[in-house]
Amino acid sequence: MTDQKRMLMLGNEAVARGAYEAGCTVATAYPGTPSTEITEYIAQKYDEIYSEWAPNEKVALEVAIGASIIGARAMCSMKHVGLNVAADPLFTASYTGVGGGLVICVADDPGMHSSQNEQDTRMLGIASKVMVLEPSDSQECKDFVKEAFSLSELFDTPVIVRLSTRVSHSQSIVEIADRNDYTYKKYEKNPLKYVMMPAMARKRHVEVVKRLSKIKEFAESCGLNKIEMNDTKIGVITSGVAYQYAKEALPDASFLKLGIVNPLPEKLIIEFAEKVEKLYVIEELEPVIENHCRRLGLEVIGKEIFTPIGEYSVKMIKEAVLGEKVESFAEVNEEIPLRPPVMCTGCPHRGVHYILSKLGLVVNGDIGCYTLGAQKPLSSIHTCVCMGASIGMNHGMEKAMGKDFSKKSVAIIGDSTFIHSGITGLIDAVYNKGTSTIIILDNSITGMTGHQDNPATGYTIKGEKTVATDLVKLCQAVGVRRVKVVDPYDLETLEKTIKEELNAEEVSVIISQRPCALLKYVKFSGKKCIDQSLCKKCKACLRIACPSISFKDNMVVIDKNQCVGCGLCQKVCRFGAILDEE
Amino acid sequence: MNIMIVGVGGQGTLLASRILGKVALACGYDCKVSEVHGMSQRGGSVETFVKFGDKVYSPIIGVAEADIILAFEALEGYRALKYLKRGGKLIINTQNIDPMPVIVGEAKYPEGIFDKIREKNVEFTQVNATEIAKACGNIKAVNVVLIGVLAKNTKIDKEVWIKAIEDTVPEKFKEVNVNAFLKGYEI
Repeated sequence: MTDQKRMLMLGNEAVARGAYEAGCTVATAYPGTPSTEITEYIAQKYDEIYSEWAPNEKVALEVAIGASIIGARAMCSMKHVGLNVAADPLFTASYTGVGGGLVICVADDPGMHSSQNEQDTRMLGIASKVMVLEPSDSQECKDFVKEAFSLSELFDTPVIVRLSTRVSHSQSIVEIADRNDYTYKKYEKNPLKYVMMPAMARKRHVEVVKRLSKIKEFAESCGLNKIEMNDTKIGVITSGVAYQYAKEALPDASFLKLGIVNPLPEKLIIEFAEKVEKLYVIEELEPVIENHCRRLGLEVIGKEIFTPIGEYSVKMIKEAVLGEKVESFAEVNEEIPLRPPVMCTGCPHRGVHYILSKLGLVVNGDIGCYTLGAQKPLSSIHTCVCMGASIGMNHGMEKAMGKDFSKKSVAIIGDSTFIHSGITGLIDAVYNKGTSTIIILDNSITGMTGHQDNPATGYTIKGEKTVATDLVKLCQAVGVRRVKVVDPYDLETLEKTIKEELNAEEVSVIISQRPCALLKYVKFSGKKCIDQSLCKKCKACLRIACPSISFKDNMVVIDKNQCVGCGLCQKVCRFGAILDEE
Repeated sequence: MNIMIVGVGGQGTLLASRILGKVALACGYDCKVSEVHGMSQRGGSVETFVKFGDKVYSPIIGVAEADIILAFEALEGYRALKYLKRGGKLIINTQNIDPMPVIVGEAKYPEGIFDKIREKNVEFTQVNATEIAKACGNIKAVNVVLIGVLAKNTKIDKEVWIKAIEDTVPEKFKEVNVNAFLKGYEI
């Protein structure tokens, strides 16, 4: 593909490259920051690998498990919370083992740059008894993924490659190699291995436990775990991006850098501990390695000086270990306004949020760009827990409070999120005689993760045309009789429809349909401007929280550079003061 | 060399960091570029880091570690000052973009940012990159104008920068981007 062998690659891109070089032929995923680009790169660059967006992580993993059992090398990628959704197949695929190598790339998000929690994937790796590898830069991303496929086959186990935001979303230098020809493993029907009924599963669990001790033995001496001896006053056990921070903060220290983070190499850890005077464990999030060291009876310093919360940094390690204060000469001491993320200019969700806020409803939100409506001034979302939760939670509120409450609450959920796991909540509400009102925000794309297609868009990950899930028919098919489609920029109809459906004594679905303003084909007629002679400064237009409109020098102004001309502001102005620019 | 790029999601900081990465690689350095994706891209504060040298470990630039801060927006440049190393330099676009707390009247956009920066004895260059980009025919070329200013502040050959830009931007935008770069370089 290129004669250049050394290049800068994003961690995620290097993971994709690793899968390519390893001869992987099936890659599946549901998009989720910071993991999304893995499968995007595969789709864009490597036609040798079949790739797909699955409706959710559970399906994505099941597709990969099938491909593996039949003999192919298969990979499945997701963000950390995606693994909760895929935990069901994971825990039992651990029992069945694999055919061709099965690699699950899971990207954690310490610091929650774009997530609702910061759970540590290693804990699920331990619980499901599978091997977990952790790379610390892009080169390792590529190398570890290749290694993961081999180890998966060697030990007959799924292998998790744990990534994190700073590994996935940092570029560093990678040396690439050619793709290996991979001969599919021969598939034979083997119910004792692949049918997990109690009788078979009991036997398989024994194998799983044996497998773990074999992997542990392997981890003691394999090259993925490395001792780097230096000054022995300070010894550090670490893994992943924390290794990079620690290495920069403590250049003279000795290191045990773990590439395999489950199971842990006990003898190697003890051997290293004996060589150093003071032993630190530096790991982001949970004290996994630290607790293990303590169980081995080692004296270690860990979370008592670090933290299980958020991201680590060079500065933080220097301060905690060396007591070195890092100070800035130019720090700003006055309070300056924060700049939280906002819904974009022209965002189709804005109309719905505006009306929900106006009606003062209790709004159960979901995961997507529209969650940003929770912020001021819209303040139109009051709960957000996980993918698909809005519908179930709305139903739960009704069952706790009675039918009348349902007239004051709605669930709002995006198109992709609805298909991911909102549909089951809808079935529940219909089946159990609820009267919920559900608004599906159909912007014809998976927005927050950067525009991925999904079953409702009618295109595959490769941009090929496919059958589109018809959201109206889907809702009707599960028994919803009241399904309305509205344009969220037609505020009048939208408000009227929401009021009607709130009062209906049965489940109703409103599909708010308008494509994401950032999609290339979305064009508006022209920019807007304020006629200052007509403006009464009532600030009604500021309540739609458009980043292009602000109040400056006692005047409402529209920023021409940002305005896309969606015209929603014109609809909320009662004085006709917002005009089309000449 | 530690270069930090700050701005508002959607301003093109990502592309700028990728161009810088290519420049560092072309010069034979070890290099790491750290980006921000996902939620914070939606009009929030964004920070990207480019580090290069003989060996780079952490992909992140911490407090008082940046040799150069390239700010795409005034408030964001002001906010990032603590990352500047003593003797480092700030290159700052004069454009103001109001954050939501300012739009809704809960906070005020700080006044006299450039005077305040001067008072802190920070070496800085102010650039109206938005106007320059407009004059070049594409307002989105703000990032490349600023890279031009940055390039002038390094010892790396101009041609290396131009090649990195040509390798990064789509064919049809090459000319406008190289033009924008040169305009920045001439400041």
